[in-house]
Amino acid sequence: MKDKVVSSLREAIINTGLKSGMTVSFHHHLRNGDFVLNMVMDEIAALGLRDINVNASSLFDTHKPIIEHIKNGVVTGLSANYMAAGIGKAVSEGVLAKPVQFRTHGGRPSDIELGRTPIDVAFIAAPTADTMGNCTGKTGKSACGSLGYAFPDAMNAQKVVVITDNLVPYPLANWSIPETYVDFVVEVPEIGDPKGIVSGTTKITRDPVGLVMASYAAKVIKSSGLLKDGFSFQTGAGGASLAAAKFLKDIMLKENIKGSFGLGGITGYMVEMLEAGCFEKLLDVQCFDLRAVESIRDNPNHCEISATHYASPSAKSAVVDSLDVVILGATEIDENFNVNVHTDSNGYIMGGSGGHSDTAAGAKLTMIIAPMSRARLPIVTDHVTCVSTPGRDVDVLVTQGGIAVNPARAELKQRLIDAHLPVIDIHDLREKAEKMTGKPKKLSRGDRVVADVIYRDGTKIDEIRCVPKEG
Amino acid sequence: MKVLKKATAGTMESSDAYIEIEPCDDVEIELSSVVKAQFGDSIIETVKSVLSECGVTGARVKISDRGALDCVLRARVETACLRGKEQ
Repeated sequence: MKDKVVSSLREAIINTGLKSGMTVSFHHHLRNGDFVLNMVMDEIAALGLRDINVNASSLFDTHKPIIEHIKNGVVTGLSANYMAAGIGKAVSEGVLAKPVQFRTHGGRPSDIELGRTPIDVAFIAAPTADTMGNCTGKTGKSACGSLGYAFPDAMNAQKVVVITDNLVPYPLANWSIPETYVDFVVEVPEIGDPKGIVSGTTKITRDPVGLVMASYAAKVIKSSGLLKDGFSFQTGAGGASLAAAKFLKDIMLKENIKGSFGLGGITGYMVEMLEAGCFEKLLDVQCFDLRAVESIRDNPNHCEISATHYASPSAKSAVVDSLDVVILGATEIDENFNVNVHTDSNGYIMGGSGGHSDTAAGAKLTMIIAPMSRARLPIVTDHVTCVSTPGRDVDVLVTQGGIAVNPARAELKQRLIDAHLPVIDIHDLREKAEKMTGKPKKLSRGDRVVADVIYRDGTKIDEIRCVPKEG
Repeated sequence: MKVLKKATAGTMESSDAYIEIEPCDDVEIELSSVVKAQFGDSIIETVKSVLSECGVTGARVKISDRGALDCVLRARVETACLRGKEQ
């Protein structure tokens, strides 16, 4: 058989048979350094195709040129699990006629595999690939580590195009995605900017408020009864979450607790915990920094997992189902513990669920860590602007001004009280914050729906309305 | 009294405010704020009240608010007034 390498991206797109009105997909492991989505969409526009539906696992501000393609009618539909603030602002102001379809990191692969969101052509940015399409993110000048989110696209799209800047002779050993799914391979000079793909070492916070929250978070975990041999854990890459991981590591080492696995988007801090013996394994759907990329390449206990394996609710099982504790963030949380991570307090889209509601549903202890207020806006509100994760899946909110436990978790509340932690009713916490900040005036919302928020089971959990332009 | 010279106080850090004050016949307040929709009226009220407490009847005040708490705002405006009244 002749190999699958075609001479240009244009030729690859033509060969796939892509037509106006079809759906293309992208993964986001190259994060804000990604060149692939823009180069593909520019070529699709140049071919004169229109009415394209883009299903991307996440959109970053490096993808802002997509806004022009929306204005020109090349792109008329968007699906993503996360959308950065630059694109989010344009969507919130109503650039797209059809509402954006927000999913979760587990809901997206589930909906793809169940045939709810079929993909015509998947474009896989691959830091290394061979001439038949075996590919990996672990090596190459644009190495990003795990390719977790790309698996369901590769396995279910009608046609699959691998785009690489490191084409190697067949066969590549240690592939992530095998040739069995790949139709065409294209070599380009650069698939991304390494500076935007992986950050340097993410530093833990030095902010005293962040450190107080992190210290409470670690103590809550210790008091929860879950911190024992076999413990499993996921945390985000934010400063306070990382600080919580550091305090947790100190407790685990001091008490000689041997955890089972660390999960998620993986940072250098989780790698340190693996190497220090806090965990047996890391299960990695996405690498956040250089340390994580090196580790997934060199350490056999640091394993790549697909998005399906990470979090799909329709898989026979997913790792989130075995998770003990997850630490998550919030832009707002209401008195029923519903969490918003999609919009800022002015109603502009600036994020998305990612794995938020998947891990919250799976974990035995779901902890939100957030300051009582950010820039004068209290974190606790009466109703969140957007429900990203339902309150029934949120167990505890940790702030510097106290720890609020979901009333449905009476046993956990008692454990925290017994450990002399500053437990506070969530209504009182709201009042405490508003005493400092003043009561914010309610904002008016536009009438038009600019995004549907689709829960991991495929049902709509909320919608996001437009923000009227000022003046 | 009137402010005698240009003065500033505060920073552009999150949760702070940057105040610029300069001589003017009347009190003129210009506000930009990340929480204008939620707290705009309350911020203007606070600034007016601090100006009056400082005895300032003439000044152009430009506030770049990054989500400062009321007490922070008060302190920054008062400092700007005192600096603007120095000979």
